[in-house]
Amino acid sequence: MKGIGILGKKLGMTQIFKEDGTVVPVTVIKAGPVYVVDVKTPERDGYEAIKVGFEEIDERRAQKVLNRPLLGIFKKAGTPPLRHMREFRYPGITQQFGEVGKVIKVTDVFKEGDEVDIAGKTKGRGFAGAMKRWNFSGGPRSHGARGWHRRVGAISAGSYPAEVKPGKKMPGHYGNERRMVKRLEVVKIIPEQDLLLVKGSVPGPVGGLLEIRLAYGTGPQER
Amino acid sequence: MSMDIIRRIEEQQMRDDLPEFRPGDTIRVYWKVVDGRKEKIQRFEGILLADKGSGVRRTITVRKISHGVGVERIFPVHSPKLVKIELVQRGKVRHAKLYYLRDKRKLEVKKRDKFGMSRKKKK
Repeated sequence: MKGIGILGKKLGMTQIFKEDGTVVPVTVIKAGPVYVVDVKTPERDGYEAIKVGFEEIDERRAQKVLNRPLLGIFKKAGTPPLRHMREFRYPGITQQFGEVGKVIKVTDVFKEGDEVDIAGKTKGRGFAGAMKRWNFSGGPRSHGARGWHRRVGAISAGSYPAEVKPGKKMPGHYGNERRMVKRLEVVKIIPEQDLLLVKGSVPGPVGGLLEIRLAYGTGPQER
Repeated sequence: MSMDIIRRIEEQQMRDDLPEFRPGDTIRVYWKVVDGRKEKIQRFEGILLADKGSGVRRTITVRKISHGVGVERIFPVHSPKLVKIELVQRGKVRHAKLYYLRDKRKLEVKKRDKFGMSRKKKK
């Protein structure tokens, strides 16, 4: 099965030995199961997609955490209350998975050896200086430098051009942005625990929400 | 919760056939080397300098003096290429990392008997 994506949660990293002794660094992801909450059709919505939810919430807890409109959505779909929802769209997706209430598991979507693109929110770094945010060099740490260690430096020339170019790299908010890592290899899938082990690192903190899709160019695409 | 899952994944790959060893011990490591189609087992005997990491990521650093040159190798303890480890001699040391041995001419560690006590010199 190709094309569709799945939602997951980053659990952390470890390493795996291949048979020849090579060490493969892997990120462990709790991937799915995911419930189809809604199916969007060209006739009704103007495009084709499925809306999918992840991470069940205990019924009683859900009464507190979710508002009534959301609870209604899950009730209508016949799924347990879910914490996260995302849409996946590409032509043909509704034929494959377009059934409200359907459960999609990792194994329905990926197999070992596939390549995946993974998107998530990077760790927030708050208001960061130019050194951390843009890898500026800063100043010398010693050699007589006084108070000029991590500064930005000059931001433009003088009378000409007499302006600071738009897009100039400066300190500011860094992190907590959506980022996608492309073409990570699926090293291993543990179906009983819905675990997906992917080679390399993935954006965001442990516990962060991830969108995992078949890598661009290796299957039917969204949009 | 998430750490438990990772620990379980690691435990599946960990081996339990190795003797217990600590920094300061002299050990012999048998390491499988694949050279083209041939496979052979190399031995590496030396003093255990450092024991790093936990779980599958654990590695050990072994140092020996070969033809007057100090040689150190780092082995991933749970690697499938590691055939076995033999304990040659226990050592008595007071540090977890024995990097100070690098600055010594000879690799010397006090011997330790099986009760973990340093041997007293007989007068």
